[in-house]
Amino acid sequence: MATQAEVLSARGIGKTVRSGISDLVILQDIDLEVISGEAVAIVGASGSGKSTLLAILAGLDTPTTGSVRLDGSDIFALDEDARAELRGRAVGFVFQSFQLLPALSALENVMLPLELAGRPDAQAQARAMLERVGLAERLGHYPKHLSGGEQQRVALARAFVVQPRVLMADEPTGSLDAASGEAVIQLMFELNAQAGTTLLMVTHDELLAKRCSRIVRLAGGKVVP
Amino acid sequence: MTSVRLALRMLMRDWRAGELRVLALALLIAVASVTSVSFFADRVRQGLNREAHQLLGGDLLLAGDQPWDPAVMAEIKRRGLAVAQSTNFISMAQSANGAGPKSLLTGAKAVTDSYPLRGKLRIAPRLNAPDAIAGSGPRPGTVWLDERLTSALSANPGDKVKLGDAEFTVAAVLTLEPDRGANFFNIAPRLMMNAADVPATGLIRTGSRVTYQVLVAGERRDVDGFEAWARTRLERGQRIENLDNARPEIRASLDRAQSFLGLTALLAAILAGVAIALATRRFVERHLDGCAVMRCLGATQARLMALYSMEFLMLGVTACAAGCLAGFAAQGLIANWLASIIQAELPQPTAIPALQGGLVGLTLLLGFALPPLLQLRNVPAVRVIRREAGAPRDGALLAYVLGFLTLVLLLLWQSGDLKLGMTVVGGFSAAVLLFIGIAWAALRAASSPASMRFFGAASPAVRYGLANLRRHSRSNAIQVASLALGLTAILLLTITRSDLIDAWRQAAPPDAPNRFLIGIQPEQLKPVQEFFRSAGMALPDVYPMVRGRLTAVNDRPVSEKDYPDERAKRLVEREFNLSYMDRLPAHNQIAAGRWFDPRNRAEGEASVEEGIAKTLGLKLGDLLTYNAAGEVFTARITSLRKLKWDSMKVNFFVVTPTWVLEKAPTSYITAFRLEAGSEPVLDRMVAAFPNLTVVDISAALKQAQGIIDQVILAVQFVFLFALGAGLLVLYSALIATEDERRRESAIMRAFGASAAQVSGSQRAEFLVMGAVAGLLATVAASAISTLLAQRVFQLELPVNYGLWVYGPLAGIALLSLNAWLSARKVLTASPAMTLREG
Repeated sequence: MATQAEVLSARGIGKTVRSGISDLVILQDIDLEVISGEAVAIVGASGSGKSTLLAILAGLDTPTTGSVRLDGSDIFALDEDARAELRGRAVGFVFQSFQLLPALSALENVMLPLELAGRPDAQAQARAMLERVGLAERLGHYPKHLSGGEQQRVALARAFVVQPRVLMADEPTGSLDAASGEAVIQLMFELNAQAGTTLLMVTHDELLAKRCSRIVRLAGGKVVP
Repeated sequence: MTSVRLALRMLMRDWRAGELRVLALALLIAVASVTSVSFFADRVRQGLNREAHQLLGGDLLLAGDQPWDPAVMAEIKRRGLAVAQSTNFISMAQSANGAGPKSLLTGAKAVTDSYPLRGKLRIAPRLNAPDAIAGSGPRPGTVWLDERLTSALSANPGDKVKLGDAEFTVAAVLTLEPDRGANFFNIAPRLMMNAADVPATGLIRTGSRVTYQVLVAGERRDVDGFEAWARTRLERGQRIENLDNARPEIRASLDRAQSFLGLTALLAAILAGVAIALATRRFVERHLDGCAVMRCLGATQARLMALYSMEFLMLGVTACAAGCLAGFAAQGLIANWLASIIQAELPQPTAIPALQGGLVGLTLLLGFALPPLLQLRNVPAVRVIRREAGAPRDGALLAYVLGFLTLVLLLLWQSGDLKLGMTVVGGFSAAVLLFIGIAWAALRAASSPASMRFFGAASPAVRYGLANLRRHSRSNAIQVASLALGLTAILLLTITRSDLIDAWRQAAPPDAPNRFLIGIQPEQLKPVQEFFRSAGMALPDVYPMVRGRLTAVNDRPVSEKDYPDERAKRLVEREFNLSYMDRLPAHNQIAAGRWFDPRNRAEGEASVEEGIAKTLGLKLGDLLTYNAAGEVFTARITSLRKLKWDSMKVNFFVVTPTWVLEKAPTSYITAFRLEAGSEPVLDRMVAAFPNLTVVDISAALKQAQGIIDQVILAVQFVFLFALGAGLLVLYSALIATEDERRRESAIMRAFGASAAQVSGSQRAEFLVMGAVAGLLATVAASAISTLLAQRVFQLELPVNYGLWVYGPLAGIALLSLNAWLSARKVLTASPAMTLREG
């Protein structure tokens, strides 16, 4: 049973995919609890299954076995659309490849989740958020005219603007050079602290992982000590 | 409400990013072409019919051998229709000038002041002087003589002419009588007089051969109403002519014009559909990531679909509205152009074409944009993390088929021509499938291991390019097929279009015969030919002509009562012009059955013109019995012929082998061209062979050519729409794989490939694709045009060798240019930039 402070809990998560004629086990029997305000790093070598785990915890992918409770809901008892609504309400995302929409300006990218939620103050909120990440001068710029660091800051603004309960970050510095990566990470932790958001981050960077309050290590699809 | 606002915002953002322009343009072109053609077709149909009505002198012609019942005249008045009358009879006209009295049998036509209702009379002050339009016919007490009569009687304007008991002053030379052609064999030279003078001549008595004609004109509906009323009251010896049963040669031109217009609209709409499908596919591919992100950000499937559907619907409605406006403007422009030949106010267009255009546009959108768009709904959110998780492609095929079928139905409704519609749609579908299949096979062959070894030895870049062909063989095949489709349309609309139009013009070429020579006796054949030779004129083809009456079909006697159709009644009632020959004339074509068997002497054979066979209900195998001046003969129908009525050549409804008819009383007929200024030759001919009759059909010919020229102008304008749609297909096909190619090239560059290597590999790939697409398009364009020419337009199309050079070259040039442009884009941008945008 989840306690009150528990934001996320996963029980017996397993993921197997068919590869040719044999089955490929990606994740095996994973349990994980994350309490409110915690910052958890999921680390592991390439192919250890950490991104798949994050996708399952966010309800982007479905597990072969096990269940996940997110913000009080058993997400795999919900249908895909209900999961999408839950994500819209409770989860923010930051991706390695930024995933900004190329046809939208920085401001419009940040407005998007608010618009999808039908918020009338989308523009003002997005503008304020971009100011907080230091991009007040770049509101009308398109992603292709922004540097990698700037793009990731827009992505952070987009993630935080809906005030999610959980921020899920997949290798947020993976596409950045060291200096921009550091700036982005600092900003992410700052915003996280200000909003009291729970952070779940996948990374292969040990130093980055150490800045989190807890580290979960994956190897061969299993949690290892 | 928030969804609508968000969809509108998405529309504006995508528009700004240039993602929707091809789509909107394709819709606009489709709707504009469909609406302009429908807007215009009805207006021009009525206008051109009216033009052709000039050749009747009105919208409807009533002809009878007795004066028309006052009740008929009262009915015309009651219905508010314009009316004119003419009385036609044959009489001797005499002149007494200079050398002495001359007399000649003339066809007198006495007209009321309102004649003609359609078209204009033209007169000249003296022979060979420039002519001008005359407001109405001759004043009482005066007559106009046509050129032949003026010179034969030596009666110039100002001279006196006697007709019956009355004497008249010649007031002018009659140069053009619009409805003259309506009576082809009304062959006596013309004397036109005022109807008020008829009693004074004392020529009309009981038993006189007189034709009383009533011309009627007015709004289409009123005329049709009157025609229906009058038809039920026709008595023996009376008939009604409207455009449908008069002047088959003009009818043929109008039908072709409508076919051209309809075809063009169909083509533009279907091409636009393809462009829309290609553009939407690209849109979807570019929005897969965005959709996955939106799924992450909490958008449900239903929400995503609603948003994108609304976005496309808003775009569609706007583009359709713009298309309707453009179509309306275009038809106004064309109507303006044609005003000179229509010479009357066109009826105002109705809203129906706009509705049709709008429906076609929305159907295109639903049928061709929705299927790919539906895939966005299925984008898995996990694509944000694993990019290879794409959109599952299910149900798209069914949606395409449904959309295509709806479009076909709509277009058939719009074009109103099932045969043309099915030809285009069927040919198009077959071409698409064939194109994809052949392109796939050709690309696989070009990139086969053997070909790689052979060509790839030249450079690694070529090898890489060929390998790319193989790797993308499916998407490349689709791209090549789309390219070939666009190219086909462009080849069809440029090179073959002018061939088709030339062939159409050739149907009534400028050197077409303009005189018929009738009544040549067998013993005059040689002297007449000698006359032509000595006058330095080409020897025309001479055809034997036998007058015969159809008396029985399959040994069952026929009478006019057997036929409800007015035209059939007339055909059965009177004598036919029959002919005999052993070789099929070049301007005739066998439509069914076979030409005469020279060895068959057991039973007479007959070849019947298709149209008359239909009117009389005759079919292959029927046995016809004719009576030619007491000589009875039978012949079995072994072929049906298609004639080119607008060729202005000598044509016969029924022909037999020589042995069947040669014993019947025969005279000969020929058609020849008399160049302007050679009229004196005619006078010498008439003097040398006084029994011959020369029929001048130059006015009719000029009118027919005028109509064709004007209509061709209008049709070419509508062709522009289809051309635009074809170019859009081409463009969409070219940019379809651009993103992927750019990414691949950037990776090559990142791994150190030189500029030459990158562009070399693209060149190799595109060269093969261009050659395949160009060749496919050439074959298709030439097949389609031949098919269209034969099946739809009934024209003979010469082989265009240029097409076989330009077609493949165009394909190669186009793709080479594209390879160069896209390589340049990749080479000037840094690989990192390209990859980051990826």
